[in-house]
Amino acid sequence: MSSKLLHESEFARAVEIERTQGTVPVRHPWRIVSGVLVGLVVLGAIVSVARNEAFQWDVVAEYFFSGRILHGLWLTLWLTAVSTVLAFVVGTILAVMRMSHNAVLQAVSWAYVWLFRSIPLLVQLLFWFNIGYLYPKISLGIPFGPEWFSIETSDLIASSMVAIIGLTLHESAYAAEIIRSGLLSVDAGQTEAAEALGMPHGRILRRIVLPQAMRVILPPAGSLLISTLKATSMVSVIAVTDLLYAAQLIYNQNFLVIPLLMVVTIWYLILTSLLSVGQQFVEKRFARGTTRTATSTSLGTEADI
Amino acid sequence: MTETQIGADTLDAGTDTRGVSIRNLRKRFGDGPYVLDGIDLDIAKGELVCLIGPSGSGKSTLLRCINLLEKPDSGVVRVGDMLMGQELRDGKLHALRPRRYRAQQARIGMIFQQFNLFPHLTVLENVIEAPQAVRGQGKAEAVENARRLIARVGLADRENAYPRQLSGGQQQRIAIARALAMEPDVLLCDEPTSALDPELVGEVLEVLRDLAESGMTMIVVTHEMAFAREVADRVVFMSDGRIVEQDTPDRIFTNPREERTRNFLRRVL
Repeated sequence: MSSKLLHESEFARAVEIERTQGTVPVRHPWRIVSGVLVGLVVLGAIVSVARNEAFQWDVVAEYFFSGRILHGLWLTLWLTAVSTVLAFVVGTILAVMRMSHNAVLQAVSWAYVWLFRSIPLLVQLLFWFNIGYLYPKISLGIPFGPEWFSIETSDLIASSMVAIIGLTLHESAYAAEIIRSGLLSVDAGQTEAAEALGMPHGRILRRIVLPQAMRVILPPAGSLLISTLKATSMVSVIAVTDLLYAAQLIYNQNFLVIPLLMVVTIWYLILTSLLSVGQQFVEKRFARGTTRTATSTSLGTEADI
Repeated sequence: MTETQIGADTLDAGTDTRGVSIRNLRKRFGDGPYVLDGIDLDIAKGELVCLIGPSGSGKSTLLRCINLLEKPDSGVVRVGDMLMGQELRDGKLHALRPRRYRAQQARIGMIFQQFNLFPHLTVLENVIEAPQAVRGQGKAEAVENARRLIARVGLADRENAYPRQLSGGQQQRIAIARALAMEPDVLLCDEPTSALDPELVGEVLEVLRDLAESGMTMIVVTHEMAFAREVADRVVFMSDGRIVEQDTPDRIFTNPREERTRNFLRRVL
């Protein structure tokens, strides 16, 4: 740094030049150079993938909308939706239990999260799939007492049911921590104000705390949803014909492994892209009241009640 | 001094004429010193009492014990006909479950230093939330009441604004409207102007003065000595968890009896 004193005449000149010509902005030539380089690399990669005969794009096109693939895709979506909804319902209950003053509820919630976050999803799926060996019969009754009702385990738990149980147990442990971090982020004064108004506990949670917690919950919840979408591919090990398993069944017959994996990859890319866009919309919705400007957002005016 | 000796012996008298009575109230946090070290205080219906004293003297904790935001370690608080957080049954005093004491809290208004408006709800939604949830008011009725109260605190044109779009003074006025919507028996104010820029203090005090004139029973923790002097019926000086001295504002500010009161007033006036 030069520490040359700014002369009064120079200051006068600066004022004059600023008034007449403005200031020359800082240039970023290296951004342009690096941008062009990155563009070239990406273009090269796309061209190389598109031109590589080994990818067999004609086969990709042929199977992309085939009935078996679309059926697998539908099952993937269905598994993701059901287990995500269940995971967030269970996760909310677990988070509230963990934050209650009841030591029993706290301990149960903590143990649940500890257990199901510790066991890899793949191990869990295999375990639940084989639960029939451990407990051939499931019965309803008082422990060590009378039995009211009993059913063969293998009848009760179909493969897709196992998939939902495994995914829900696993994802709900993560959902619980995401929701708990959101609840913790809301200022204690909010709960106090609501309590001072005499509002019941459930209503405080639903109307005051959760809506504010959503801003913190949504970004990691979006990640969890996308990771659940991809985690459903693990159900192929228990013979549930999701998107991946559908493709595997096809390439086990025709040996067109790479093009069918490309079909699966592209479908996953499309789905995660849609989810990311959806997440942005939902995040905007819950940004209500966080800015000083504009009473209504582009997503509608909730203000007029 | 405004003489208002309403003791526990009048507990089963008529409901409407009584204010607040506090007996033997003690509270400490963990193993710390007693923040409230045996408080006895009576406040008549319609009276405005200002609590003054150095920070850490237990003023805020006293308010929070009255409306059960803090659970006292011992002592009894009566507000109107309610024994706060407790009930007499079979000759014993039982602690109430949250469900029961929420109903008691609903009848006590609280104004916080930090306003604590609900930032994700508009001004109008802030005011109608509790009347609908707790008092079972229909939306139309709640909105009508809310509009009247929002107008009363001078913000009729801002009902669709979000709290963050308002100045601190405006937010506190809405917080007052929100508390009034529950038609409380008593209004507790915990340093209502301490978080405000100096030029915004006046508008909030104006609203509180107006409330006092309408006969609201109020307990105000404040550092605004001019306000206490002008509006309070009685000033209570607290220090180290005890009530040191209480008297009319005139006598407290011109001729305090206790040395500790004199010291405090010398520093703040």
